[in-house]
Amino acid sequence: MAQIFHPSTNTFSKVSIFGAVFLVGGLLWGLAVVNRSGYATQAGVAREQPVPFSHRHHSGELGLDCRYCHTSVEDSSSANIPPTQTCINCHAQIWADSPTLEPVRASYRSGESIQWVKVHDLPDFVYFDHSIHINKGIGCASCHGRVDEMNLVRQVSTLQMEWCVDCHRNPAAHVRPKEEVFNMSWFTQDQEALGARLVDEYHIESRDDCSVCHR
Amino acid sequence: MNRLVPYIVVVLLVAVSACRQDMHDQDKYEALEKNEFFDDQRASRPRLPGTVARGHLQADDALYRGEVDGALVAQVPLAIDRALLARGRERFDIYCSPCHDRVGTGNGMIVQRGYKQPASLHDPRLRALPDGYFFQAITNGFGVMPSYAGQVPARDRWAIVAYIRALQLSQSAALAELDAADVDRLQRAGETQ
Repeated sequence: MAQIFHPSTNTFSKVSIFGAVFLVGGLLWGLAVVNRSGYATQAGVAREQPVPFSHRHHSGELGLDCRYCHTSVEDSSSANIPPTQTCINCHAQIWADSPTLEPVRASYRSGESIQWVKVHDLPDFVYFDHSIHINKGIGCASCHGRVDEMNLVRQVSTLQMEWCVDCHRNPAAHVRPKEEVFNMSWFTQDQEALGARLVDEYHIESRDDCSVCHR
Repeated sequence: MNRLVPYIVVVLLVAVSACRQDMHDQDKYEALEKNEFFDDQRASRPRLPGTVARGHLQADDALYRGEVDGALVAQVPLAIDRALLARGRERFDIYCSPCHDRVGTGNGMIVQRGYKQPASLHDPRLRALPDGYFFQAITNGFGVMPSYAGQVPARDRWAIVAYIRALQLSQSAALAELDAADVDRLQRAGETQ
């Protein structure tokens, strides 16, 4: 009986057996890349909001402190979204007739909430607490990026567990002096030495056991 | 072909199950989440009128209202130390300086953007008023100034009052009242400008 395959196909079969390793490896690598990409994590996606509130204007240009609106961030797990009253504090007089701000005035008149779109949404099985991070010297910008340069806020981090754990295993790479936590542009040339000193000074434990975040 | 069916089913099951987000989005409410059950759709419930949360009774008139029997409290009813002033400075810079500016003259950024200019905190009339007056202005608002009771808790309001007093002192202190070290610091600060 004549051979079905020409002898040269031997080479094909050898190459494909060898290549399968790379093929599987490549697929896994591709999966990992997609999984960390903005497509999967929603990082980098600026969210449309019911009112085009600009953090760049209010925080960056006017210089309002984060805490003027996010009043509970130092004491609570949640950095609150401010009530409409906080907007009206200034906008009773400034841009008081602007059509853009009509939803704010409507909310103030009716008492109904403005339905802001959540940008940073952790899974419900993660019990994140803002206050402990703030009080141990983790700056807003370390996780949220330069919000003072964003018109519409977008997530800059993946918010994936490996991202959390990276810092929990080595907080010295990110901790800053407590008085600089709300300073969006703070930077040091010598994070290594400063971080090591602050981790010691602030009694920061490098904790990565499950129950720190999951319970 | 029939031999392939179980494999296809398994693959489909895995693919479908991976799409479920039940654990990501559980049947519980996070802070300020939407809850269709209530008419106002707020999961975080507003306090009912006439109720007091446990441990939040505000019975101390001096501390929470800045007046006792109708008379304004003359002095901050907290121990005034460096920590309180530092806290007051921090809170003043966050909540007051947008209008009153960092030294209290009333030229803050929001005023520069068109908000009605407040009186300077160094106005002799304001300097003569009791501490309780400032506390009540922060608590209840004054003129076009809104109430800051929702953003600043009572103890922080008093810390701000204490810091306002420090600012008033600082802006009208005579050179002769300063000791040599402070005069030296002032002069050096002046040279670097």
